[in-house]
Amino acid sequence: MPVIPFLILFPFVVAVLMYCIRVNKIRNFIAYISSVIIMAAVGILTVQWALGGAGNIYLYNETHLADTAILVAEAVLMIFVTILCIKYRKYWISLLSIVPTLMMMYVELYGKKTEISHIHVDHLSILMCLIVGVIGGLIVIYAVGYMHGYHHHHTDIPDRRYYFFMLLFVFLGAMFGFVLSESLLWIDFFWELTSICSFLLIGYTKESVAVTNSFRALWMNLMGGTALAIGIMYFNMTDGDMSLTYLVQQGVELSPFAAIPIALIAFAALTKAAQLPFSTWLIGAMVAPTPSSALLHSATMVKAGIYILFRLSPAMRGNTTGMMISLIGGFTFLITSVMAIAQSDGKKVLAFSTISNLGLMVACAGMGRPETIWAGVFLMIFHAISKSLLFQDVGATENALHSRDVEDMHGLLYILPRLAIFMFIGIAGMFLAPFGMLIAKWSAFKASVDSENILMVFFIAFGSATTSFYWTKWMGKIISHTHLTEQRIKDITKTNEVISLTVHAVLMIALCMSFPILSKIYVSPLLIEMFGYSDDVLPTEVLIMLVIIILFVFAVPLMAFIYSKKQKTNVKLSYMNGVNTGANRAFVDSFGEPKTLWLSNYYFHKVIGQRKLMIPSQLFTVAILIVMMIMIIGGAK
Amino acid sequence: MNQTIAVICYIILAPIIGGLLEGLDRKVSARMQRRVGPPLLQPFYDVIKLMKKQVIVVSPAQTFALISYFALMLLTGSMFFAGMDILLCFFVMSTAATFLYFAAVISSSPYATVGANRELIQMMAYEPAVLLSCVGFYLIEGTFNVGEIAFSKTTDIIYLPGFFVAFVFILTIKMRKSPFDTSTSHHMHQEIVKGLTTEMGAQNLAIFQVTEWYENVFLMGVIGLFIMNGTTTNIIIAVVVILLTYFLEILIDNTSARMKTDMMLKLSWGVTLFSAGVNLLVLMLVR
Repeated sequence: MPVIPFLILFPFVVAVLMYCIRVNKIRNFIAYISSVIIMAAVGILTVQWALGGAGNIYLYNETHLADTAILVAEAVLMIFVTILCIKYRKYWISLLSIVPTLMMMYVELYGKKTEISHIHVDHLSILMCLIVGVIGGLIVIYAVGYMHGYHHHHTDIPDRRYYFFMLLFVFLGAMFGFVLSESLLWIDFFWELTSICSFLLIGYTKESVAVTNSFRALWMNLMGGTALAIGIMYFNMTDGDMSLTYLVQQGVELSPFAAIPIALIAFAALTKAAQLPFSTWLIGAMVAPTPSSALLHSATMVKAGIYILFRLSPAMRGNTTGMMISLIGGFTFLITSVMAIAQSDGKKVLAFSTISNLGLMVACAGMGRPETIWAGVFLMIFHAISKSLLFQDVGATENALHSRDVEDMHGLLYILPRLAIFMFIGIAGMFLAPFGMLIAKWSAFKASVDSENILMVFFIAFGSATTSFYWTKWMGKIISHTHLTEQRIKDITKTNEVISLTVHAVLMIALCMSFPILSKIYVSPLLIEMFGYSDDVLPTEVLIMLVIIILFVFAVPLMAFIYSKKQKTNVKLSYMNGVNTGANRAFVDSFGEPKTLWLSNYYFHKVIGQRKLMIPSQLFTVAILIVMMIMIIGGAK
Repeated sequence: MNQTIAVICYIILAPIIGGLLEGLDRKVSARMQRRVGPPLLQPFYDVIKLMKKQVIVVSPAQTFALISYFALMLLTGSMFFAGMDILLCFFVMSTAATFLYFAAVISSSPYATVGANRELIQMMAYEPAVLLSCVGFYLIEGTFNVGEIAFSKTTDIIYLPGFFVAFVFILTIKMRKSPFDTSTSHHMHQEIVKGLTTEMGAQNLAIFQVTEWYENVFLMGVIGLFIMNGTTTNIIIAVVVILLTYFLEILIDNTSARMKTDMMLKLSWGVTLFSAGVNLLVLMLVR
């Protein structure tokens, strides 16, 4: 299938073009065309693979040229990171790049060599390609419009859009490479590439906060990369085979050589998926322009961690590694959803909710059962779409409103109706019955009861209560009767941004509707591929009933809306003990002066704020990780 | 066929039963306070009178949210009495509750917003116990299906006393009874006036009232589910337990003062963790 090398290499070619072309209009045009081509290529790959029987396909056994190219690229990356580390005086971080790269080079040149395939196409990698291609492509389209507005408002930041778009495309290429690779050496290379890409994206503005945060992201991810490299080298020295499928197979068969590499790779995935104690890098990442946040949170970076955990999950069932992963994931799900309550910055709420949802996916992978992976896969799909939609929407709202604080979004529905509706759809998709995320959460809940994982049951029961809380109060803010009637705010969202938002919204609703079909024709085969069997997680009748309820939930508000339009009502001022001034947002105070009224949500930031909870929970998870890693290396089953 | 009958019965009878329960509530409360109290049918008179009044709103969108709340609650109860998945029922109920929150917060009225925000905290307080109760049923019966749970041979409460305690505890929150009437108070002259319902008038208030009846009947149904084991005599016991639970709620309501929301949250989560948690632990270990 020549479309695979095309898919991996094409974004890199475009990236070079992006860097070279300094005329905005031409570059924008090429960016549009390229993202459409990428989406089309993903489509072709999917169709070809489906026509070929939709099975496991292993390709490219002889890859001498590519291996050499990757070797050179690894060296270049290492030198690049080292130079940057020296420039910004973060000398020790360069070690995290030099050591694993040298280890990988050693393995590549002097390690044991066996005949393996380098590319692997199956249900999971196709799904990842679709997410990366479609969501990533849409984010690029959105970014063209957004970055135009961004540099219009932020004149203090040097306009380096050529560099920004280059990074976006490199990121996409790295992700395609990552999810399609079978060779562990290739996986390691693309892994490092995504880490460095996200580091550069976060530091785009070159402000001091951005630089600090980008280096935090760098060292955390490179530490994960180091763990990955150690794991791969260990497996090469003991067993010698360098293919991921084989490693997982060995893990399932309880080979003594597989346990440690799997634990190390899973650990690396925790850093990439921003689980506690490594969550702070993703929260810091929001200093970057919105498209890069959207990309990091929904389509690329963090999903890479989840992808590799899903791959490993059959080998984690019921052992210490699985316990460690599900414990960390479940704990992260609960505690970050509590912390999200205390945030009023829209992007921060989204960041915490990403970490929280990833926690649930990580926990699903750690439990390593078909039902949990079923839930995890759906969580991943719906999360990618909803989160991308929400990030783009908050970005567009910020451009118009000059604030992304949830409190300032009071009455957004009346100020920026179009953006408010998109935001509403996005949030509804994140938690409300009967949309996708909730169904997935439901089956994760059921699966953890089935696997008698009591801690997980508690994490989900309490975590879903806190999750509903912070989303619902945000929704309430959007629809509240406005404070800002006298102030006219212009919706300056660009057409391409609206296109991207609309496609996301339509895609999400369509996926919610086609839930049972999706489960039957795609996710069940995926599970069979992974585990050899698949249970009906939720029976088809229940799924169909769900679709009926979805229709009901859409129809009821619509009908109620039409009814209430017709109804004759007498609109009066709200009750304020008779001290209204005549406007709904002011009252007469005790000095007889009119006073403006502001309504605010609960945040409890003094009790459950990030400052209060982050360090204790980091310490707790570090302790868990250390203890469990020692147990695994010590040979516990 | 049986399912259809059950659903029709629920739709027709629930408001009557709910209204009667509320009438009883008022009467018993009055007697506890040494008053004569209103007639048993007073809630119906109130609702009928409210229906006849002109609709007054702060924001026209209130009506829309309230109707959605009503319809979704009706769906919740119908699904429950049709014997469907109990988790699904509670998920739809939480969506309904979200619409109630919208109905209050959409007005941007200070008192309604305070009440609505507190209602949100109440939702957070009761949700874990609700979800865990479903897990309890699942562990005993091996299914989330209400029909199968109700007509199986086991009397669940024997195995689930801790879950029952937790559920009754959060029932006080769900029914907005003192000491957990933080989102809406019984009397107008308190610090949040009528909280959540401050800006609901006439027909809207009637819709809210009737929806509450539907909701109470559904919740009492869940209490009954703890008792049901498929025999006829058992139904009588279930009804007795339901009435006793309701009486207990009235008693608590009349003997306690309102609690702060943070205290409520800590207490309800504590009770849930301790009571349902220990029960769950025992069940999973014994099984």
